[in-house]
Order: sequence, then structure tokens, then C-alpha cells
Amino acid sequence: MKHVYGWLLLTPAAILLVGFTHFPAAATLWDSLFSTGTVVRPSRFVALGNYASLADDPIFWQVLGNNLWFALGTIPTSMAIALLMAIWVNDRLPARALVRMAYFTPTVLPMIAVANLWLFFYTPQIGLIDQLNAWLFGLPSHNWLGDPNTVLACTMVMVIWKEAGFFMIFYLAALQSLAPELEEAAKMEGASRWYFFRRVTFPLLMPTTLFVMVNATINSFKLVDHLFILTKGGPDNASSLLLYYIYQVAFSFFDTTYASTLTVILLLLLAGLALVQFQLVEKRVHYR
Amino acid sequence: MRSLLALLAAALLAAAAPARADTTLTFYYPIAVGGPLTKVIDGLARDFEKEHPGIKVHPIYAGNYDDARIKALAALKAGQPAQISVLYSIDLYELIEQDVIVPWDDVATTAEDKAWLKAFYPSLMMNGIYKGKVYGIPFQRSTIVLYWNKDAFKEAGLNPDQPPASWKEMASMAGKLVKKDASGNVQRWGVMVPSTGYPYWMFQAFARQNGHDLMNKDGNRTNYGNPDVIAALQYWRDLGAKYKVMPEGTVEWGTLRQQFTEGKTAMMWHTTGNLTAVKNSAKFPFGVAMLPASKQRGSPTGGGNFYMFKKTTPEERKAALTFVKWMTTPERAADWSMATGYVAVRPEAYETAALKAYAKDFPQAVVARDQFKYATAELATFQTGRVRKLLDDAVQAALTGQKTPAAALKAAQAEADRLLKAYR
Repeated sequence: MKHVYGWLLLTPAAILLVGFTHFPAAATLWDSLFSTGTVVRPSRFVALGNYASLADDPIFWQVLGNNLWFALGTIPTSMAIALLMAIWVNDRLPARALVRMAYFTPTVLPMIAVANLWLFFYTPQIGLIDQLNAWLFGLPSHNWLGDPNTVLACTMVMVIWKEAGFFMIFYLAALQSLAPELEEAAKMEGASRWYFFRRVTFPLLMPTTLFVMVNATINSFKLVDHLFILTKGGPDNASSLLLYYIYQVAFSFFDTTYASTLTVILLLLLAGLALVQFQLVEKRVHYR
Repeated sequence: MRSLLALLAAALLAAAAPARADTTLTFYYPIAVGGPLTKVIDGLARDFEKEHPGIKVHPIYAGNYDDARIKALAALKAGQPAQISVLYSIDLYELIEQDVIVPWDDVATTAEDKAWLKAFYPSLMMNGIYKGKVYGIPFQRSTIVLYWNKDAFKEAGLNPDQPPASWKEMASMAGKLVKKDASGNVQRWGVMVPSTGYPYWMFQAFARQNGHDLMNKDGNRTNYGNPDVIAALQYWRDLGAKYKVMPEGTVEWGTLRQQFTEGKTAMMWHTTGNLTAVKNSAKFPFGVAMLPASKQRGSPTGGGNFYMFKKTTPEERKAALTFVKWMTTPERAADWSMATGYVAVRPEAYETAALKAYAKDFPQAVVARDQFKYATAELATFQTGRVRKLLDDAVQAALTGQKTPAAALKAAQAEADRLLKAYR
């Protein structure tokens, strides 16, 4: 009887999980083994054929490379900035609420609105960045989003600006839960502020850091809304990311099974990263 | 035997009975330009219902062209009723391959209906006809035109009423229009052609002007590797790299209008769909001209067509025909053109009093119509998304100097051949 009760309690969550997570994942894997069918040309089993064409797809390798750079460029920077901002607004400073809100505002804005804003920041000549550059340094106008060498970095800066405030909230909450006695004790022992941060605060924040890092990693593969507005992945795929490419393949090319194949790769990638983060990093997360 | 006949008659009567009830037409439509156009469409639907009791029209706004196609196809797959839709004119081959649309010729059987099918500008029908049958009725359609800033022309010592007519003229006039500050930084460019969003569309204009279309009528062959087509891309690249009259790299579609109205470029190529917006925000007199010629003038058309879906009853098809005919009468085509900046889809619309009066005050409004005789179909093939993106990437790779125009276009052609081989 106890058994039944337990299963009944589990059922709602299980139905949701199976229906919206496990089944779609399995179906995606299954679909990736077929060719895309149309009425004229029915779908057929191609085994790993889609994976073979993926290996030969230069755009896939390009967007994968872009995505790794994007992750490397955004994750550490946005986390570092988030931590700095959190420490800053954790202190007693005038208009603290206002500063906190200012840092948090980018997070509240929808990505589409943010991208529209930054589109005009980056516009050559009339954009904010070019105007500041001309006014402060007398620099010539630069075609920020039209140059394959700068476009990916431009999208990274925007995403860091948007993400850092969100991660700040977690760090701020963690900082406020630290016992004030620790700081007092360190002061009495004559520890410098930097020493205290390095040996006490930062290690105590490790669980938060792990949580933020996992989220930042997922976000660096998940955030593509800005591409719809800013660049559409261009010029020549220079700013395209894996998920955006999946969208193009599925809804612009209608190649649903190839999109499934790409999705499987993305899933494996994310699962792998999460495993590494939890397995390896967790050992060093808790303060001993 | 007699009882069988009676049964048959009864069955027929029963089948005919629902026809007397209201026929409902559900249609999805996209909006790709600014303005409160959903209200205009809803208003049109109400007006139609008033004039045609027995037919209910249920318009559903579905986002941009991509969204509209996805939503309409998803609705059909889910078994929800949609009888007609306004979808991208270049979705034709995709919709045929999915086997979801039927040609209008099937229902337009009377002499009057057949005349109606021929009432539109031929260049607007090019994206709507497949194997001699009309699948797409033009509704919201545009072309590319050249906008120029008359004040900038005066300042540069050029005749403000004389836009460039040839590629050579455009490059040399643009050279005079470039303005630099004391330290040599460009304050105003000569000309800008957008190369994000719809690079293939802009490039079609260059290619057509240099004598070539980029695909065949059956949608199973592209012409990317042709020497004249390569020369066309070279010219576009040269505007930035050699003549230095356009910024190097790609030019953003979405912000170009502001750059023009802020005076940061003296000329721009853009869709007629922006006409009303430029008119409202430019603080200087501006002109609208046909695009310049190399071997000939040319511009692709663009925009949305009415399609009729296969899963429809005969009554619904008849009602759909009535509705679409009503939506494309000369008067309504004229109203729609004035409200949006889209071109009026048939010649008679430009003869209506309303549009004549509008064009008298604002002659820029009829340039697109005059350009029709040089217009060509928008790029559409089987596997259209992929084949189009090949060209987009090639154009951007050449404009950003990553590849030469010849290398970029030849690689795109080889890949397009591979994709389209199965359809020949």
C-alpha cells in the first residue's frame, strides 16, 4: 500500500518529465536515424547517414567552433564581473538599492529588446560606440557587425552585459549568508582584505560558483535570440551558434531529421559538460 | 432500385445542406513592414463579410514570413482548418513538395475568373506559377528601388534631380558624394546596399542588371557560377574595396534606413516597403529611382501571395475564390498600396482616382510600378532555404573579403547542383 502511495505521489512529476523531457529526447535520437520525408519523397532509414553528412558539413564545424569561443569568451568574464559587482554592492555604500537595481536591469529586459538596443549601439557612424570612439579618441568608424573579425566579440560583449547582473544576484545572496564572525576573526588576526577573500570568501562561495558556472555554460549554448535581430548568424556564418543553426535547418531548410541530428550532438555536448562540471569540480567545491 | 435512388437523393440532400450554412475561411497572414496593418486586414475581412453573407472570414496574424509558413503548415498537420493563407511568394516549391496547395485554375473556371488570373503584372506572377498553373495570387509585393538625398547631391555639385542610371555613373557620383572630416574619417558614404537579412535579394538585382537570372523556371537549376554573375558580385565588392564609396564588410538591413535619414549615406538601395517610413522621417528632400543598369535595368520582386490549401471542400474553394478576388480588386489593391508602400498588384489599380491623386503629390510612389517591366522573380528553387543560404553566405564572404567573388560563387554553385540534382 505504501508503495502505491509513493508512486502516486511521483506520477505528476513523472508524467511531465517523461512527456516533455525523456520522450522528446528519445524521439529526437530516433528521428536522427531517418532521412527527411516529403510527400514526394518518403522518409527512409539511413542509420548514421545524417551523422556522416554532419562530419562533412563545414558550417556545422564553423558554428561549433564559434560556440566554443562564445562559451570561453562569455563564461569566465561574466562570472568575474558578477562576483566583483556582488562584492561591491554588498558593502555599505550610498544608494545601494539603486546601484543593485542598475546592475540587475539588463537581466530583466527581454533579449530581443536588448539586441535591438545594441544593434543601434554597434551601427557604424550613428551608433553610440562609434560616436563615443570618434568623440573621445578620434577613431574612424568601424563596421562592428559587418566585419567577420569583430562580430562574434560584439555579440559576446552584449551577452556578458546581459548575463553578469543575473549571476550577481546569486553571488550577492551567497555573500549575505556568510557569517560576519569570520570577517571579524580575520580582522583580529590581521589578515589583509585580499587574503581574506582568497582564503575564506572565495572558497565559501564555491557552491555558488559551481551553480553559476553550470548555468552560464548552458546559457552559452542556449542563448541565440540576439542573432535573430543582430546578425542572422552572418556575415558568412561568422557569428552563428549551434542552436541558431539548428533553427535554420529545421525551420528554414525544413530538414527536420538533420536538425534532430544536430540536436543530439548539442544534447551530448551539454550532458558531457555538466558531467565534467559536477564530477570533477564538485570534489573541490565544499570548504574543508 | 427506386429505394436506392431515393437513398442516394437523400444522401445528396444531406450533403448539400451544410452548404447553406456559413462557410468559414481561416487564413494566416504575415506582416513584414511597420504600421498597424492587422487592423487594416481585420477591417477588410469585416467589410467582406458584410457584402457576402454566408461567408465568414477569420484572419490570423502569424508573425513574419517564416513564422507564418511554420504556423500554417503546423495547423494543417494538426488538422486545424485553414483554407487559404498569405505566405512568402518563394515558398511555392516547398508547398508543392509538401503537397498542401492546389492551383487557383482548378476553381477559376469561368471566363471572368480566367481573365482575373491574367489581370496582374506578369513579373509578379513569376513566383506564383508552376508548370503552367497559378498557385500564388500576388497580394503584398515589393521591389528594390534607389533612394537618394537631394541635399547631398546639391552639396556635392551634382544635379539633385538626376539619379545615376548606370553602374559607372553610380560609382563615380558616389565618389563625389563621399564626405570626409579633417582627419580623413568618412562623414557620409556615397551609397549603401544592405547585405544582411536578404543578401540574395539585393544580389539578384545586380545579377539581373548584368544580364542574368539566378535560377531557372522549374526551380531545379541555379546560375551562381556564370561569369557575368561573378562580375556582378565583383562590382558590389568594388563599391567598398576599390571605389571606397560604401563601407567595407556587410551593411545592416535593419539600420540602413536610419543611416540614410540621418544623412550618413547619400544613396541607398532598399525595398519599396520602406517608402512610407522614409517619407515620414527624412528631414531633407529625397528622390526614388529605378536601380541603375549595367547591361539592362533589373530588380527582383518580393513579398507574399495568396495560396489555397488542398484540404478544402468545394464550397470552401468557391468562397476562397470570391474572397481573394474581392481582396485584389483594383480599388482595394490601390488602398493597400497607399497604406503600406507595397506595390499595387495590377495595372488597373494605378488608374483609380485615389491612387492617381496620391501619386500626383508623391510621385515616388509609382517608381516601383515603372520598374516592373524590368523586374524578375525572387530567388526560389526546390530546397529553397538551403539554396538561398548558399548564396547569402557567398555574397557575405565576398563582401567581407574572406573569399574572391569567383571562388565564393563557384563553391555555392557546386553545392547547389548537388542539392538540386534529385529534382531534374
